[in-house]
Amino acid sequence: MADAQNIPAGSTTAGSIAVAAESTVATRMSAPPSFDVADFPVPHGREEEWRFTPLARLRGLHDGTAVATGEGVRVEIEAPEGVTVETVGRDDERLRKAGKPVDRVAAQAYSSFEKASVVTVAKEAVLSEPIRVAVHGQGGVAFGHQVIELGAFAEAVVVIDHTGDAVLAANVDFVLGDGAKLTVVSVQDWDKDAVHVAQHNALLGRDASFKSVVVTFGGDVVRLHPRVSYSAPGGSAELFGLYFTDAGQHQEHRLLVDHNTPHCTSNVAYKGALQGQDAHAVWIGDVLIQAAAEGTDTYELNRNLVLTDGARVDSVPNLEIETGEIAGAGHASATGRFDDEQLFYLMARGIPETEARRLVVRGFFAELVQQIGLPDVEERLIAKVEAELEASV
Amino acid sequence: MATLEIHDLHVSVEAENGPREILKGVDLTIKQGETHAVMGPNGSGKSTLAYSLAGHPKYTVTGGTVTLDGEDVLEMSVDERARAGVFLAMQYPVEVPGVSVSNFLRTSATAIRGEAPKLRTWVKEVKEAMEKLSMDPAFAERNVNEGFSGGEKKRHEILQLELLKPKIAILDETDSGLDVDALRIVSEGVNRVRETGEVGTLLITHYTRILRYIKPDFVHVFANGRIVESGGAELADQLENEGYDKYVKGGASA
Repeated sequence: MADAQNIPAGSTTAGSIAVAAESTVATRMSAPPSFDVADFPVPHGREEEWRFTPLARLRGLHDGTAVATGEGVRVEIEAPEGVTVETVGRDDERLRKAGKPVDRVAAQAYSSFEKASVVTVAKEAVLSEPIRVAVHGQGGVAFGHQVIELGAFAEAVVVIDHTGDAVLAANVDFVLGDGAKLTVVSVQDWDKDAVHVAQHNALLGRDASFKSVVVTFGGDVVRLHPRVSYSAPGGSAELFGLYFTDAGQHQEHRLLVDHNTPHCTSNVAYKGALQGQDAHAVWIGDVLIQAAAEGTDTYELNRNLVLTDGARVDSVPNLEIETGEIAGAGHASATGRFDDEQLFYLMARGIPETEARRLVVRGFFAELVQQIGLPDVEERLIAKVEAELEASV
Repeated sequence: MATLEIHDLHVSVEAENGPREILKGVDLTIKQGETHAVMGPNGSGKSTLAYSLAGHPKYTVTGGTVTLDGEDVLEMSVDERARAGVFLAMQYPVEVPGVSVSNFLRTSATAIRGEAPKLRTWVKEVKEAMEKLSMDPAFAERNVNEGFSGGEKKRHEILQLELLKPKIAILDETDSGLDVDALRIVSEGVNRVRETGEVGTLLITHYTRILRYIKPDFVHVFANGRIVESGGAELADQLENEGYDKYVKGGASA
């Protein structure tokens, strides 16, 4: 099962499918989930969940040497009517609802934050404006915790923007009541030295719909761990991701969809482009269909486009199925190169070089961007992708 | 009338032990409406000629001239050559991930024509061209050359030829790897373009088989980096019977 591979840029992996008697997705982690950092040994880098991550560049988030500084990050929340925004202490029970930390850094974040933000959308409130969360790094070290909770049948869009420079470890929880609909856009547009490690826990109530859009452009190291589980049948999760990894950057997205409840669906699609020496993207897509989760329908996809030499992709989809009574399950992963021969081909058809590159990258991301369904976010992404390309040509 | 003039063209490639000369003085003039077949054994430099004319960066021109209606082609970048009217149908067209055939064709037509084709007439134009080449309409939504069979790749090349209407079409071993049916369909496409009288065709091939479908006005034998003999269509028949032996073993001085 643990056939996660090192895949050099340009190669393709079909991933693996296993039918397991018990969850190896869970046991592949070096320690069981816990809120207490002391329950996790300091990683040395050979553990399954850390083997792709450059620990030396985490600035001490993984070994306890990173200490919060006063003004590490500034968090500003702008919310329309119908939304309650609270700053709460560690003892608030809502902070423990969506899921436990699964690795040492998430547990460190949980053990170290002082104040958390809880954003609550009242039941049946349908927001006409997005909730905007601005997380701005001010050069320090910070541990964060945010909870966004929707009451039954509430509908909301949340845009979380990460900018500036920081060393940040955080847990972000999304709790969806029955029939609630939540779209979360998390943009990692950090300055070049930022380090950002976060676990996102989504817990879906009966018939709830959760859409996550993760967009990573900046930072030195960004390692995100979006996780979804279901508290009742009928939930549906769509997890979209887009990353553009430049020279020297490490961008890692590790997803887990835990189908623990019958008749839920999930659809994962992450796409990344890489350019420059030592650009490194990691995508881990774990989907677990537990024995109880009959009627599950799931698909996960990862595509990478390598634009230059020197970049590296590790893409590891994993699907574990413990019941045969499902509607569908599949996954795909592929990494392709854009090289001089492709450029020659397009130019030999009259297309100028810069336009040729733009054509390829836009085309690559277009299908994914169109699925986001938020026109201003879509436009911003396209503009950002264009800016990345401008910088490279 | 468009004329491509190749004069004393010398081309080399970087090899392990320094540059290696592949083309050793090629002279050839192709006029609009004419079809020239360039035939030769493997390794004679035929494909190098094709790619050099299109401007592939792997090949370095060390001497000679190439002009299209007096304009210096060698000074032009790859895309400028295409916009000037030079088209290369490639032997091994590459996959372009993320770009659909329809998007690619339209971007290319826009670049070549200098303005975006009107959407309504364009869709019809592409559809008709695809039908003539017996291509499934679903083809347009696939990524360029991704997962195409050999025959699909060649049809896609000829589809571009029909849509882009170049002045000079260079067909690099378009016949290779095709079964008889595909060869017929592809050849018919080439012939439709030739029949307009608007294109000069340089047909590069190893085999005489394609010349049963596409009748050349001139046949040139290519060996050791240059044209060693030229004649009419009858020269192809001679090659069919005698092969390339006399050009390879007898030396290239003929």
